[in-house]
Amino acid sequence: MPSLKDLKNRIGSVKNTRKITKAMQMVAAAKLRRAQEAAEAARPYAERMNAVMAGLASSVGTSDSAPRLLAGTGKSQVHMLVVMTAERGLCGGFNSTIVRLARAKAQELMAAGKTVKILTVGKKGREQLKRDLSEHFVGHVDLSDVKRMGYGNAQGIARDVLARFEAGEFDVATLFFNRFQSVISQIPTAQQIIPAKFEGAATTALYDYEPSEEAILADLLPRGVATQIFTALLENGASEQGARMSAMDNATRNAGDMINRLTIQYNRSRQAAITKELIEIISGAEAL
Amino acid sequence: MAVQFDLVSPERRLASVQASEVQIPGADGDLTAMEGHAPTITTLRPGILKAVSSEGTKSYIVTGGFAEISASGVSVLAERAVPVEEADSAMFDAMVAEAKAAAAIAEDKDAAEKMVADMLALRAATSH
Repeated sequence: MPSLKDLKNRIGSVKNTRKITKAMQMVAAAKLRRAQEAAEAARPYAERMNAVMAGLASSVGTSDSAPRLLAGTGKSQVHMLVVMTAERGLCGGFNSTIVRLARAKAQELMAAGKTVKILTVGKKGREQLKRDLSEHFVGHVDLSDVKRMGYGNAQGIARDVLARFEAGEFDVATLFFNRFQSVISQIPTAQQIIPAKFEGAATTALYDYEPSEEAILADLLPRGVATQIFTALLENGASEQGARMSAMDNATRNAGDMINRLTIQYNRSRQAAITKELIEIISGAEAL
Repeated sequence: MAVQFDLVSPERRLASVQASEVQIPGADGDLTAMEGHAPTITTLRPGILKAVSSEGTKSYIVTGGFAEISASGVSVLAERAVPVEEADSAMFDAMVAEAKAAAAIAEDKDAAEKMVADMLALRAATSH
């Protein structure tokens, strides 16, 4: 049975925790709005880019001269997994869901006799994957100093990935990130970026191409990789804040419940102590 | 007598206006898109993009990307797009340095050096 003082301290500390989680929730809410706006602002570019590339790819893709970024290396022996997670914790299952998906994919590939290489973006994913897959790590991108996710960050990652591809380090690259659905739901997603895959119907309009279709495609494909990475980063950023917001909301509510429980316990023990003292006094008086 | 002109960078949409003409710095030379232009897709070289609309002429510095001219309008997707008024010498210096750094390690020397030359020409054109 904890003493009255212990209980009082306990209540005080839980109250502090509640204050912190409440503050974190509000910060996350503000950041979420900004992240959503950024994701929204980036959408027209990504969509248009995708549409044009899909059109080009469908007309060039069948020929033998198609760029390797589109056609692939002709095999799928070495897989590069780009695992994007947050730099910080306290955001519910956000990091774990990505890591779980990536780990399942890695195990599936390894069981099929493929080689797996992992590039981690964000500290948390690296920490979680270190336990069983650290021998597959080939690189890490640290974004902990980044205040506002810019296209430059995505370009940096894209350059790294493309350089490795040019050097023949891997055949297939897949991005792992959380797609933002709502504050309570983020969908862990695996998206293949190399060789490029396009969703949606290709535009059928006939265009003049300047320079040639192949040249444009060769110019655009690396940018397409950067754009996809950028989109993924933004989606991930919004998801992270959404996940943190709901996690902190839960934590705040739990802390409130806990305070209520502890307060009841505190009042009961206080009353018990008073009753005990009264009984002692009365029985002492009776004994006289 | 106008075309819908959109200028988007990866981070935001810079312009979406009805323009009477759009001057585009294409990779194979400048071109001006007006209503009824043949549908064209062209890559961009670093340069100045001008859009003439009823509100006057707006100039943007664009690098990397492509322009799509179609029946429905002109959309320019530039990797970096900055209104000329917001550009300063520090930005150009950074861009030139970046291009030079890329040229130093690039395998395709010709293309990389052309990029540096384009950047320098762009700086010269805007610094007056």
